[in-house]
Amino acid sequence: MKMRLKRFFYLLMLFALGAMLAMPGLSGAKEEEQAPGRKLARQAIKDRKIWNTTDHTKHEALRQNFKSGDEVTRACLTCHSEAEEQFKMTIHWTWIDPNSAKDTITGKAGHSLNNFCISANKMKDKGCNSCHTGWNGKNEGVNCLVCHSQKLSTLFNSNADFDNIKEAFATYKDFAEDPDAKEMADEIQTTIHQAVTDIGRPTRKNCGSCHFYGGGGDGVKHGDLDSSMTKPSKSLDVHMGLDGQNFQCTRCHTTKLHNIAGRIYATPASMHRKSLIEDDLTPKIMCESCHSDKPHKSGSKPNDHTDKVACQSCHIPEFARANPTKMSWDWSKAGKLKDGKPYKVKGDFGKHNYLSIKGEMRWDKHVKPEYFWFNGSIITLTAKDIIDPTQSVPVGKPVGAKDDPDSRIFPFKIHRGKQPYDKVNNTLLTPHLSGKKGYWATLDWNKALSLGMKETGVPFSGEFDFVETTYAFPTTHMVAPREATVKCSECHTRSDGRLAQLTGFYMPGRDCNDWLAKGGLLLVIGSLVGVFFHGVGRIISRKKKEV
Amino acid sequence: MKMVKIYLYTRFERLWHWLQAVMIFMLIITGFETHGAYTLFGFQQAVELHNLFGISWIILIIFIGFWLLTTGEWKQYIPTTQKLIAVAKYYMAGIFKGEDHPVHKSKDAKHNPLQRLTYMGLAATLLPFQMATGFLYWSYNDWSDWGLNGFLDLEILAMIHIICAFVLVSFVLVHIYMTTTGHSLTSHVRAMFSGWEEVPEGTHVGKWETKKIIEYRVVEEKVE
Repeated sequence: MKMRLKRFFYLLMLFALGAMLAMPGLSGAKEEEQAPGRKLARQAIKDRKIWNTTDHTKHEALRQNFKSGDEVTRACLTCHSEAEEQFKMTIHWTWIDPNSAKDTITGKAGHSLNNFCISANKMKDKGCNSCHTGWNGKNEGVNCLVCHSQKLSTLFNSNADFDNIKEAFATYKDFAEDPDAKEMADEIQTTIHQAVTDIGRPTRKNCGSCHFYGGGGDGVKHGDLDSSMTKPSKSLDVHMGLDGQNFQCTRCHTTKLHNIAGRIYATPASMHRKSLIEDDLTPKIMCESCHSDKPHKSGSKPNDHTDKVACQSCHIPEFARANPTKMSWDWSKAGKLKDGKPYKVKGDFGKHNYLSIKGEMRWDKHVKPEYFWFNGSIITLTAKDIIDPTQSVPVGKPVGAKDDPDSRIFPFKIHRGKQPYDKVNNTLLTPHLSGKKGYWATLDWNKALSLGMKETGVPFSGEFDFVETTYAFPTTHMVAPREATVKCSECHTRSDGRLAQLTGFYMPGRDCNDWLAKGGLLLVIGSLVGVFFHGVGRIISRKKKEV
Repeated sequence: MKMVKIYLYTRFERLWHWLQAVMIFMLIITGFETHGAYTLFGFQQAVELHNLFGISWIILIIFIGFWLLTTGEWKQYIPTTQKLIAVAKYYMAGIFKGEDHPVHKSKDAKHNPLQRLTYMGLAATLLPFQMATGFLYWSYNDWSDWGLNGFLDLEILAMIHIICAFVLVSFVLVHIYMTTTGHSLTSHVRAMFSGWEEVPEGTHVGKWETKKIIEYRVVEEKVE
């Protein structure tokens, strides 16, 4: 008997072994130390010391009293002779999509719209220019410092007198003309000098000074970019976290002749899915560039998803994880007065829920993204596009389809708005907001819209109403540590899954044929009932027999 | 009626039966969880277990097939119509009247005609179908490499897999119930553990029943 047991045991072991061999993913997972995608990416950033052959504090051209920003730029150009010409070709200067059509111009300096401050009115709405990379819009030279001065925000944000270098120059000019204020002027000049001589590649602070504050405030536009990303923790962003890799933006947004890698309106950030293995000079703008398209341990199910699901979908479970982000903006509620005056109401998170000049808005934190098929291209409406006001208008809409081999499921922040449109022409309208004639001063829609549309160069019938709109932002920053990734069951679930809205394809665990389920259940219950009555029949007949 | 014990199920046969039982049980509970019917292990764990047991089952089936072929035991599963009606009638009526089972088990005829038909149906259609659809489902990501993308649709494949699963559940329920219809309530189950089944002494085995039908014919010819 013992012998028999032993053999039985051996056979059992044989089957167990066979099963293990067939499942290399399950048996091998523990032996591998690192997922291949992780290993590759670590190699790509191995040599991370940035070496420099110049010290800007020693340059003669920078040892002068700068009276204006433009003077600084001219000093920079004495060495970097081609920088200005290069830079003025890029969208950071032109605010026009280089691939734009001729008549309908895509870009902030063109006809493009959003559902935040709606339009820059071809750069005539000066309020928007605070984020332009020139000293005075496109009228003066390039502001090299806003991107390249390493200490800019430390120097100026802490100073109560002015919060950016443009204001510093304005103040300096006032003091320099006053002989009594020479000491003050010298002090400002010292600060300016510090800013001018501490030069390097753009840091998160430099890029963030505009990109964290888009739409007129911290975290208004992007859900995955706000001031918390200046000094993020690893749990907020594994790549940029100070206790993580401490990446600067340019680590991924690689640059050619001042053209910074990234999506530009309808043009995807990258046209090809390639890793550095396939092409060692490929831009590092995609996750795959460093991590490859099969980054997980071999045999693990997530690798099977990379053809249809973007990395971001699982690795960014929520956006706005540190600071709140604006989720909706209803312009139709703007213009209310209290005691004859415009007013503001603060709501959750210490953010305004209502402002007379802007309308009603909603903020949120820890937001789960919405998911759409995305091939890297976003169609943004312009003031010339005809809309259908009977339904919600997609002002910024991701392009993609489930059958498109270049499309993958991607997470988005959808900002919902209500904004003015022309009831006769069926176009969205571009109000002029800032300045004395702007809506924020007059609270008069007719005047603001007439002026704005004149500047934009698109006819306005004079009749307007408000229409619901959406604007999509791809969520790609705030990549969470792997412990926090989206679990399988958050999508593969019958109801309320993250992908509940994405239909037209079969997803295990989510989709179920109703008739099949009913039929199957009937068969199972039928079998149970059948054997039950058969059994009862046997018991009764046996008892009869006994009697 | 005097009962005698005969050794009916060999060691490997019993091992295969119970391994298969465990696998089918696990496949059913993890499979319906993967389908989203309930949460037990959690989706990820359920899928991993389902894959593990599914692949193991396919490996086991290869062993079983090899055993059946080399031992000649496959002949036990050749379908027959002889006494089929009688057995069906027995389960529908005779069993309630205390009648004797029309076909008794013997070393060379382990299964009654109804069992043969059922097991053959399982082995020839349901199980291969279930394994094939399961294997294709598992290899979904290789379809394009294998040139199958135009021919297969995951939803239809999944539906077939689920239909087979329901039929399998139904089989398991009836199968378990049928084990109680032996000489005693548990005699069939005990036989599947020990290998020894109780049968009435001196059971006549019809020639048509035996897997050694050819050998018998030879013996009979010699006698004549």
